[in-house]
Amino acid sequence: MTGTDIRNLCLSALALGICALLPLSGSGYWLSIGVTIVMFTALATSWALFSGPTHYISLATAAFFGVGTYVTGLGFETLPFWSLVGIAAVLGAVLAALVGLATLRLSGVYFVIFTLGLAELVRQVITWVQNRSGQKGLYVLTDISEADIYWMLLALAGAVFLAGWLIGRSRLGFALRIIGDDETVAVHSGINTALSKVLLFMVPGSVAAMTGAILAPRYVYIEPSLAFAPMLSFQVVIMALLGGAGRLWGPLVGVIPFTLLWESISSSFPQQTTLLLGVAFLVIVYLLPRGFVGLLDQIRQRAAPKDPEAQA
Amino acid sequence: MKRRTALKFAAALALTTSLATGAVSAETIKIGAAAPKTGPLAGGAAVSQWPNVQLWAAQVNERGGINVGGTMMPVEVIEYDDQTNPGETIKAIQRLATQDEVNFIVSPYGTGLVVAAAPIFARYGYPLIAVSAITDQQPALSKQFPDMFFTLGTTSALAEDTVKILTDMRDGGQLGNKIAMVNVADAFGIELAEVARGKFKEAGFEIVYDSSYPLGTQDLSPVMKGAKAAAPDAFVAWSYPPDTFALTEQAIIEDLQVQAFYTAVATPFPGYGARFGAAANGVMGPGGVNVDDPKFQEYAAAHETITGAKPDFWASATTYASLQILEQSIEAVGLDRKAVADHLRSGTFDTVLGPISFDENNNNQAFWTVGQWQDGVFKGVASRGREGAVPVILKDGWQ
Repeated sequence: MTGTDIRNLCLSALALGICALLPLSGSGYWLSIGVTIVMFTALATSWALFSGPTHYISLATAAFFGVGTYVTGLGFETLPFWSLVGIAAVLGAVLAALVGLATLRLSGVYFVIFTLGLAELVRQVITWVQNRSGQKGLYVLTDISEADIYWMLLALAGAVFLAGWLIGRSRLGFALRIIGDDETVAVHSGINTALSKVLLFMVPGSVAAMTGAILAPRYVYIEPSLAFAPMLSFQVVIMALLGGAGRLWGPLVGVIPFTLLWESISSSFPQQTTLLLGVAFLVIVYLLPRGFVGLLDQIRQRAAPKDPEAQA
Repeated sequence: MKRRTALKFAAALALTTSLATGAVSAETIKIGAAAPKTGPLAGGAAVSQWPNVQLWAAQVNERGGINVGGTMMPVEVIEYDDQTNPGETIKAIQRLATQDEVNFIVSPYGTGLVVAAAPIFARYGYPLIAVSAITDQQPALSKQFPDMFFTLGTTSALAEDTVKILTDMRDGGQLGNKIAMVNVADAFGIELAEVARGKFKEAGFEIVYDSSYPLGTQDLSPVMKGAKAAAPDAFVAWSYPPDTFALTEQAIIEDLQVQAFYTAVATPFPGYGARFGAAANGVMGPGGVNVDDPKFQEYAAAHETITGAKPDFWASATTYASLQILEQSIEAVGLDRKAVADHLRSGTFDTVLGPISFDENNNNQAFWTVGQWQDGVFKGVASRGREGAVPVILKDGWQ
């Protein structure tokens, strides 16, 4: 570990500590925006851990998220809340592993379509079980406050960054970068590409399930159409790409401006929210094809054109 | 350089919007409303929710406002689109409570969205008069959220009264003993079917066809063919808006001959009567109103004049009544939210539906449960504690 690494870790821990003070500000409004930002940071960063190096676009976030909300919905009366988050993590990872084993040999568009279908598949299975058993929507009535939810999500986001940093330094991270550049070369170098991809795919699966489990008390009422809303999967991809999926901190610089933009459009143009969000997507794609990371790199290059270190 | 201009524009936009939320006028009562304008529930909200907010605000301001301790204060409505997404509902209610600092907030629309918003209402001390949140969990919810009130009834009552109507028809010799029942495989449909299944068996009916279909099924002809093959005397569908229309359409195509035909959500919509015309005659559904009550007729006429659309025959009038209740409570005790909530618990309110008061579970005990299309209007045929139910008629073909 170099001096720079230690400095970065200390700075990150400090930033995390400052973020943890938000609920003490007493503003419920900024806290609810904070919850949204931290939630999407955890989801988009874990998404980019897998999709960044491998270039596999996964639309399965809603499936894992929904599984997590159901874990809390079904178990919160009998089990302590922290154990539910753990169970959700394990279930999410197992589901991701199963999906990964079945599909990560597929490439490109086939994988995208399968992951999109996965949320619908899980949702239909749950609906089928409910229909057979006559079980209805679930009510999660707890004393867990929004501040508790914020702190839990913040801890989760911190863990995701740490995991991403460790993976980036590991043999697994190296293997994935090679797979992303050229899968054939990776196979010929003796890398077990299927195993590497499945292992890494379990990270976003597990994180999304935990996020769902933590957020269930905030939604209070759990039903399949709300828990598995496909919109979530797209939001995560858009935010991650807006930031830039190539860097660990890339999604973060996408999530923050995007959430604030979404909020200001929702509050200022209640009649045309969806229309303006669509226009905003188009503008972003047109103006920032490489995301905010690309923009920052460009600015840095202009500022120091002769310093090769700056591009690293 | 174009890029920079665009970025500057975006920054300026964000800045103005964050500043534009101040401006408080001491003269007006600010009413917040967050409900779907887009997403799966937008269609229903456009019929039952938004027009009533618009109508009520227009009428109050026409009168000069609400009388608060001798001062007439007009109302100003602040609307947000929650995109049928509970996360957005939570944010919108937060925004109304803390940024817009509204005096009162209208209930959101749809069970999941209302319940998701309940903790925010509770935290900032806003009373919540829920309309389109039909549930059997009222005791648990009102225990957790003491200022949450319910107006449109319970799931069990809807299913039980439907079974009761059919039982009375059978015992009167109008209907045979065979029931075909289908449901949409989604929360509300499953819940209703579950209650009804037990009650049908209890009443001694023979369920000759019992099936479900996934939410969003386009082609319901197999369902209707299956039901017809079972030769039922009555057909009951716990359906959602798209399938309510599709099942009726298929029944006409298959020429399903039954003495009683029931479809659920959206059957009381004016659009249903408009679409099927004379064929709708005799179709039963949830809700209903006393259409002969001059209060309702006056309301329906004003609704059409001011919003340009007819109200539905179920949740519309109840949504309007919930706003009347709020208005009367403000006139009685002023703008203090805690006092209004206490007044809601104890008072009796004179509404378009008749008197409404809340029991120990914050539940309105008087509501319509079953209605039926009769000569172009959807009349209430069964209720809990409401007057004016008309006799039910037999379904007589689809011509």
